[in-house]
Amino acid sequence: MQKSENQIPAAPETDEGYNFAYLDEQTKRMIRRCILKAVAVPGYQVPFGGREMPLPYGWGTGGMQVTASIIGLDDTLKVIDQGADDTTNAVNIRRFFARTAAVDTTEVTDEASIVQTRHRVPEDPMTEDQILVYQVPQPEPLRSLEPREIECRKMHAYKEYGLMQVSLYEDIARFGEIATSYSYPVMVNDRYLMSPTPIPKFDNPKMDGFPALQLFGAGREKRIYAIPPYTKVKSLDFDDHPFQIQQWEQNCALCGAEETFLDEVILDDRGGKMYVCSDSHFCARRREEGHSGSLPDSAAAAYAAAVGAQEQAVRGEREQ
Amino acid sequence: MYVAVKGGEEAILNAHKLIAEERRGDTVLPELSLDQIKEQMQLAVDRVMTEGSLYDRDLAALAIKQAQGDLVEAIFLLRAYRTTLARFGETQPIDTAKMAVRRRISAAYKDLPGGQVLGPSYDYTHRLLDFALAAEEGVGAPQATVAKEAVDEDMPRVTDILNHEGLIEEEIACDDDGPVADLTRDPMEFPADRDMRLQNLARGDEGFLLALGYSTQRGYGRNHPFAGEIRLGEVAVEFVPEELGFAIEIGEVTVTECQMINQFAGSAERPPQFTRGYGLAFGHCERKTMAMALVDRALRARELDESIEYPAQDEEFVLYHSDNVEASGFVQHLKLPHYVDFQSELQLIRSLRRRHDEDHLEAAE
Repeated sequence: MQKSENQIPAAPETDEGYNFAYLDEQTKRMIRRCILKAVAVPGYQVPFGGREMPLPYGWGTGGMQVTASIIGLDDTLKVIDQGADDTTNAVNIRRFFARTAAVDTTEVTDEASIVQTRHRVPEDPMTEDQILVYQVPQPEPLRSLEPREIECRKMHAYKEYGLMQVSLYEDIARFGEIATSYSYPVMVNDRYLMSPTPIPKFDNPKMDGFPALQLFGAGREKRIYAIPPYTKVKSLDFDDHPFQIQQWEQNCALCGAEETFLDEVILDDRGGKMYVCSDSHFCARRREEGHSGSLPDSAAAAYAAAVGAQEQAVRGEREQ
Repeated sequence: MYVAVKGGEEAILNAHKLIAEERRGDTVLPELSLDQIKEQMQLAVDRVMTEGSLYDRDLAALAIKQAQGDLVEAIFLLRAYRTTLARFGETQPIDTAKMAVRRRISAAYKDLPGGQVLGPSYDYTHRLLDFALAAEEGVGAPQATVAKEAVDEDMPRVTDILNHEGLIEEEIACDDDGPVADLTRDPMEFPADRDMRLQNLARGDEGFLLALGYSTQRGYGRNHPFAGEIRLGEVAVEFVPEELGFAIEIGEVTVTECQMINQFAGSAERPPQFTRGYGLAFGHCERKTMAMALVDRALRARELDESIEYPAQDEEFVLYHSDNVEASGFVQHLKLPHYVDFQSELQLIRSLRRRHDEDHLEAAE
């Protein structure tokens, strides 16, 4: 990976009292073994001896344990939440690894060797040299249909996924379309039904034949699963109701991007709103390249200045 | 305005400073010391040690101070610290029959060897606010009367007494030398064996177990319990170092133990026998151990061929939801941004409503 000025050096006050990347080496080895098994059986949920992390369950402890087990001194880490580098939880997890692993962090997707994400796949393509680590709240795609773990495991063992097909069919009967917009179930390698974590179904097609290794960590539920590079990932559908992704009538108000996942930003209490890219790095890069959206330049500049000022303030404090 | 919804590192650091200020409270007042918490909020310390799975009064007191008295948060702090500790082995099983008893009561017998020892208990206090405790000068140094004779050293467990007649099922110790399940190292497996279940319940949230235990009493999985015995006191902890080959005492811990005696099980081969439910916790946690014993017994439904109809008997339901560190984290993760998924839902619901309106118009025509 090339280094650039975008890369933020590790925080100077690295914690001495804990092992590199917080977890002890035995635990990391145990997790790496589970990852190997997960890679060998794509889409299969491997139980692992998840540890208590110093962040709450449900806040990315599974993804953090996976990242902690694979990260080394040479790695550059990017952390996103909702596609953005600057959401509180992403900032917090990035801070955690800067403190405990003293690795470089970045906001630039193609500079990162590991990207840990919650709820999005980056808009920029990723490569074979990269690993995408997902934080998973609920690894079991069948859980909403069958709460019992024993039953779910049997259904996976027998590849008995009729229940899910029926549930999708019931949506069509009731609403006229499949009413699942995120956590949309996929079949991995024609064998295991898998929950793509709550990424929007917009991102599902990116998983198919993805060049980077995709690892999924569920800390509270103590499961790890994986999609090796270039694996077939198919979103469930019907011949007469093919899988479709979300589309927006507008483009990004800041960078004008036409084919990205957009966040709706409420501007006032009279229905005013605009749409902006959820992938903050992708959007910023496009703006730097001279793209612009429908938002008047002055407003976009004010917005960029406000965000930039905040980023600079944070970097300034870090440098002190 | 858009910036405001995106939190920055600075905001996080400021939040930490603000919480530190709030934790300290009015600086005119002296700061709370860990010794004060350890000595004067012992029951809070006991709960945090039990559910935090770490017997360390000092660290538990620190966690309580750091969490501003939020015990579930304190439990989380202690757990996260515990994970980082090295393991150097497993102790011998503690022997509660050899406990230095401070309190021991049985609801099953009026009198029994060793007698009933009331010990320190709120049981028979009148729950009237004691304004003497609010007085500026404090309560001084209250002194309990010392008994004329020492507590009987020989204090057999009630279940052992019943055992002599064969009235209660034998406690089947699963191979004493074999490995014991450890949830902190291995994920839960179902069906869960009793060692795993008891560990889960011991770490489980007191409130959750209390409600479940209560539900069994109200008919949701009734098993006719008697508080066979509740005992509180100190037990020795023994460890066999490899280089010695025999057990040495490495310290003592305070524990509360509850043995519930429940209604019968029997079969064609065996006459009816009382069954057991078991509760154990660090420190003085009677409510917790009693609830735990009720739930342990309810969860033995499968093993005892009882029908499984109620939440307290359902092991996946109970064991997956008992841990307050997991539950608190997942419930509160809803505070994290979900706007990508919410945006997806907005799109979907608009589309569904559009379709509904179109269908409606067609129908009207």
